[in-house]
This record gives sequence, structure tokens and C-alpha cells, in this order.
Amino acid sequence: MNNVATEIVLKDATTSLAEYEAAGGYAALAQARALTPEQVTDELITSELRGRGGAFFPTGRKWSFVPPKNTLPKPHYLVVNADESEPGSFKDNEILSRVPHRFIEGCLITAHAIDCTNVFVYIRGEYSGPYEILVGALEELRDRKDIRGDVTIVVHRGAGAYICGEETALLESLEGKRGQPRSKPPFPAISGLYASPTVVNNVETIATVPPIIAMGGAEFAKLGVENTRGTRVVSISGNVVNGGNYEIEAGMSLRDIIYDLGGGIPDGRTLKAVVPGGSSTVILTKDEIDVGYDFESLAKLQTSMGSAGIVVLDDRCCIVQLGIRFSEFYEHESCGKCTPCREGTRWLTAILRKLEDGRAGEHELDLLLDVCDRINGKCLCPLGDSDAIIVASYVAKFRDEFVAHIEEGGCPFGGASSLDHVLAPVAMHTHSPVAEVPA
Amino acid sequence: MSSLYDEIQAIRAVYPDDSESAVLPALRRAQQEHGWLSADVLREVADALETTPAYCKAVASFYDQFHLAPIGEHLVEVCTNVSCAVVGAQQVVEAFESELECRAGETSADGKVTLRTVECLGGCGWATIVAVDHHYRTHVKADDVPEIVQELRGDEQRGD
Repeated sequence: MNNVATEIVLKDATTSLAEYEAAGGYAALAQARALTPEQVTDELITSELRGRGGAFFPTGRKWSFVPPKNTLPKPHYLVVNADESEPGSFKDNEILSRVPHRFIEGCLITAHAIDCTNVFVYIRGEYSGPYEILVGALEELRDRKDIRGDVTIVVHRGAGAYICGEETALLESLEGKRGQPRSKPPFPAISGLYASPTVVNNVETIATVPPIIAMGGAEFAKLGVENTRGTRVVSISGNVVNGGNYEIEAGMSLRDIIYDLGGGIPDGRTLKAVVPGGSSTVILTKDEIDVGYDFESLAKLQTSMGSAGIVVLDDRCCIVQLGIRFSEFYEHESCGKCTPCREGTRWLTAILRKLEDGRAGEHELDLLLDVCDRINGKCLCPLGDSDAIIVASYVAKFRDEFVAHIEEGGCPFGGASSLDHVLAPVAMHTHSPVAEVPA
Repeated sequence: MSSLYDEIQAIRAVYPDDSESAVLPALRRAQQEHGWLSADVLREVADALETTPAYCKAVASFYDQFHLAPIGEHLVEVCTNVSCAVVGAQQVVEAFESELECRAGETSADGKVTLRTVECLGGCGWATIVAVDHHYRTHVKADDVPEIVQELRGDEQRGD
């Protein structure tokens, strides 16, 4: 496996239509339009591309679930999930900002494959920069009917809600409602946006479609490793020298990503732990990073690539505080629809805070894991589960540190942790009562 | 007919006739114009959308970016999620608090700047991210804060 960047998605970055076309842009669209929708979908199935949003569902198969219009006479929709809000992930920001036309070309090819003329790009409200670039790129296509065809692309801005990255919450939000997840089934492929057949794909997934058509699915499938074909745009952040996005061939070792691409740990500190795929993924210790950055290798460690947000943490990070900060995030972002998540995330924060402050005993540690069990698998969507899974993983892998908080009656870092006293937005919420753990 | 009314009709035309999809963009447009979503503004939006102010408020209150109380002329949002926090986001927040003489969640006494902490802004590798009037400043350090505040006190209009 090579340990340098391999660019097919971020290749020849430009926001200009003329430059993109000069570099062969929109040729894959012409290629795809010469094929039938079924042939394009087959090419995607051959490529073995899996969704880059985190759920990893095979993209071609997802497209094939959309019922033909002669069996279900309703419009088809393509909805692109550009609500990137997972702490640690900022790859879609980079893709939309640097290769907007490749992304648009992907939208148009996908629209052809699923027989649709209406594309909605749901972009998180905070992404003003990428929004302006994308709208500018679409503006350049205003008089280019040869490229646009009959397809209308609407860029719809969110307004600040992590949960809208969950596909059914996104659809609710796009329909002008509070962004609360729907219960499934029905799945969006049958009844999604406006109760019509809908494909929801992530930005990176869509931006990977043009290179797949250009090189052919079989050629794409030669990149990467079994079960994770092609490339991934990984986001590296935290205590690392060169934070940023890097497109790699799937399967590169996590150690090489952190040390070769990311430049290692700054300030003479040492590595403590890595969050491998965004806040929602099970933590890895410094001894677990000799692992391929691919679906199967990470699954063996009970974790995943998620949305490819690699957060590097050095030896100054208190793991209990890490739990508090992420748990506060899930508490803040819980949509409130189902009880285990709405109440459970609040309880996790409160118990972790009690541990951090030295007000907890052994039984609070048991209570913490008990609350995790009462959330995990009992929610409508993965938000609450994520909080439960990661907190349980922190206890499993750093139990000594939790016990030290109990035995020493407070944080063993004594105020020197890199996360000490961080003010989370949830702390500013005066309208939501703070849960107190009974003594 | 107000221009906001007309603009909301133009937004509605983008979406299917029987859908409510225009609610978020209409609220965003109204907030751009008025700074925050007062009861009067919510009524104006609701009338233009042929729905109720209560529905508009129910939607607006779900989302972090809609303001249901007045804010300052400028908005400073500091990401304090983990990737920013481990490289000094809290020091950036405290520098803003000290320069603006107000706490996070509050507006400076001169009404110029509202300061708040926010969840992940999606720029983790370029931490600390500070959104100033919705545009990202990257690699912000506590030392950069006085200059940003001075720039905002120099009175430029809020963009989006």
C-alpha cells in the first residue's frame, strides 16, 4: 500500500469551469449519458464504491433500489448530504471548495443513473464559504444546457443541527420541518423526499462518481483493499503538525496517515489516543494504530472509518474530559424525539462531570456503563448510540484513568489537561435543566 | 407588498407547490434583513408562507443559527469542540471575553458584538476556527483576538 496521497477526487483542483473542462472535466458526464441508467449503475456496482458518509452502504446497490417509474409513477429525487457536522470531519468542506465542478458532474451523472431531474444539495448552514463557491460554479453552468441537461440543482442551506446529517432528519429538514429522524421503513429509496423515491448520497460519494466513470468501475476497484475500494479523503486534526485533508488509497496504515501525512505530534509530546473516524467512532489507543485505514481492518478493532475524521490526541488529554466534551456535544445535538437519547446523553455528561470533579465513587462508574447500555440500540437513529458507544470505549480502554479520578478525588491532570475547563455551548443553555446525579 | 414578501415568493417557487421547503430559506432571509426573528418578523414570514407564526417559531427554535432574541451587530462564534479545544480554543474564547468585556453567550455593552461558543464548524484541521459574521477565520490564536475585535468595532456591516 502506498503511503503518499493518491488523488482522484481532489485532483486538478479548480473552481473554474474553463479550467475544469480543459483538464477533461465533464467528459465522464458525456460518457455516462451515452450509457443507459442501468449501465451506469452497473459500473458503480462493479467499482464496489461504498458510501463515504459513514454508513458505508454500497452506492450502486442503493441506486438500484429506486423503483422504475413505470412501477411507481412519482418523480425521483437525488438529495446530496452536505451537512457535514461530525466533529473531526471537514472533508466535504474541502471537496465543495476545491473541486465544485467534479461534485456537480457527479450530481449530474447520478441524476442520469436514477432517472431524476431534481437534485437538492443540503449544505450545513455554517458553510458559507463552500456554499458561495458551489453557487458560483452552478452560475457558470447557467448557459450550459449541454452540461446541465434537464436537471435542476437546488442548493438548500441548513441552519445548524448536527442531526440533519442523518438522512431522514435531513429529509424532514428539507421539507421545512424540525430535523427529527423518521422511523424506517419506509426507506428513502421508496419514500423519501416528498414521499417519493429518493437517493441520499454524501458529497464525497458523489464526487467519486466521475472518476469511476472515467476510469471504469473495474479499474477503480483495483485501488484500495477488499471491502474498501478506491480512495478516501481523510481529515486529520487535533495534536498533529500538519492538520488538513488528504486523499489516500484506502488501506494505508493509520500510523502512516498520522506520521507521514500529518507530520506526527507537535511540541515534543507523545501520542495518547486516536479517534479514527469522527467523534462517533470507538477510540484507539496509541498501541492500536498499526492498522489499515479500511472498513475491515478497523472493524476488527470494533471501530470504523466513519466519516474519516481522524482526531489525534497527545498525552495531555484527560480521557474523562474527552468523554464530557463529546457527550456534551451529543446532548446539545439530540433532537429530543426519543427518550433514551434525550435523557441518556444528559445523564452521561452529568456522571462524567461528577467523576471529573472527584465527587464519584466506583458505583458511578458502573452507573455510567449502565446508562450506556440503556441507550445503545434503543434509539431511533445513531446519535444516542454514538455517545453510548464512545463513552463505553473510553472506559474499556482507559479504565485506569477513570479509577484514578475516583481514587484521587479529582482529575489526575490537576488542571493541565488540554481539554481543561472547555466551555461547551451546552453550558450556555439556561433553558435546559442540568441533570443532577443522586448521591 | 414588502420586498421580503416578494423574496419569499421567489424562494417558494423553487420548491414543489404543496411543500413547506421554503421555511428555512425564508427564515434565513428574514433574519438577514432584521438581525433576529422577533414575533413580528415570524408573523411576516408566516404570512408570506401562508402558515402560522407558531409553526415558524417551532421550526426556528430547532436550529442553532436562528436567533429568537436580539444579537449584536456582529456575531463571533468560536468552535470549542475537541479538535479546536486541544489546540487552545478555550484561550481564544477567554481572549474574546476579556476584549469584549462580556461572557460567551452575551453581547458587548456597546451592542457591537455577540460572542458565543459553538459546536464543530467543520474546519478541524485548521483549528481554532472562529466564524466572524458567518465567515471562517482559521488557525486563530488568543493573540489574534484583539485585532479581530478592533476590526469589528471599526464598524463593518454584517454579511452572510
